[in-house]
Amino acid sequence: MLRQASLRLISRSVAAGSSKSATTRALSTEVPSTTIDSTFVESWKKVAPNMDPPQTPSAYMKPRPTTASSIPTKLTVNFVLPYASELSGKEVDMVIIPATTGQMGVLPGHVPTIAELKPGIMSVHEGTDIKKYFVSSGFAFLHANSVADIIAVEAVPLENIDASQVQKGLAEFTQKLAAASTDLEKAEAQIGVEVHSAMNAALSG
Amino acid sequence: MASSAAVPFWRAAGMTYITYSNICANLVRKCLKEPFKAESINREKVHFSLSKWADGKPQKPVLRSDAPEV
Repeated sequence: MLRQASLRLISRSVAAGSSKSATTRALSTEVPSTTIDSTFVESWKKVAPNMDPPQTPSAYMKPRPTTASSIPTKLTVNFVLPYASELSGKEVDMVIIPATTGQMGVLPGHVPTIAELKPGIMSVHEGTDIKKYFVSSGFAFLHANSVADIIAVEAVPLENIDASQVQKGLAEFTQKLAAASTDLEKAEAQIGVEVHSAMNAALSG
Repeated sequence: MASSAAVPFWRAAGMTYITYSNICANLVRKCLKEPFKAESINREKVHFSLSKWADGKPQKPVLRSDAPEV
């Protein structure tokens, strides 16, 4: 479905150079649909029997990954940052992600979830190998086919964090929180306190 | 009807998620050891020029550069 759409786009951009016709776009009836909502179609036909029911966005979407019949043995992790792809299609046993609801252990066959991440440690477990990163914030998308897409704005190995700067920052922001007046100042100071406490805990834990 | 979900404190203070996320990332970057700190500050440098338009003409542009924080 998407392949057809991109082919038509390419042919349209080529054709647009030569002909200015607007009919090079595929009609909605020509694109096959995988999911049709029968109740909607029936009520549509009652109201407008001579018009074809319109397609809905879900008809153009690729179907979501399905749950495998038997739980896979490995979890495929894609861990990306804005500037680098830290892990790409890596097969691991487990990842523990710092979700806002607490440390979440993800095993193969995990129920599909979207989790917002808080500043904290993310650990990737492969056999006896454990790799830890401190994640500033981001999201984790766990799909039904045991693929985990974890996106973070900033993620650093724990060894790269300077403990003395963390202590200094924590003291600074605790003071700012006490002295803050407006809501925004309080929020910024609170964020500072949370991030530095998380880094502190990560370094000492 | 009251709000359905408990909003995070930064949302209640009028901050968007993007702002919150960028503040968190900047704080983490500030606490790195050298040379990682210098690398990350370098990576996040921005340079852009913004000009408002009036009467079909661009006004004096505002230049933003080398400022990783908003």
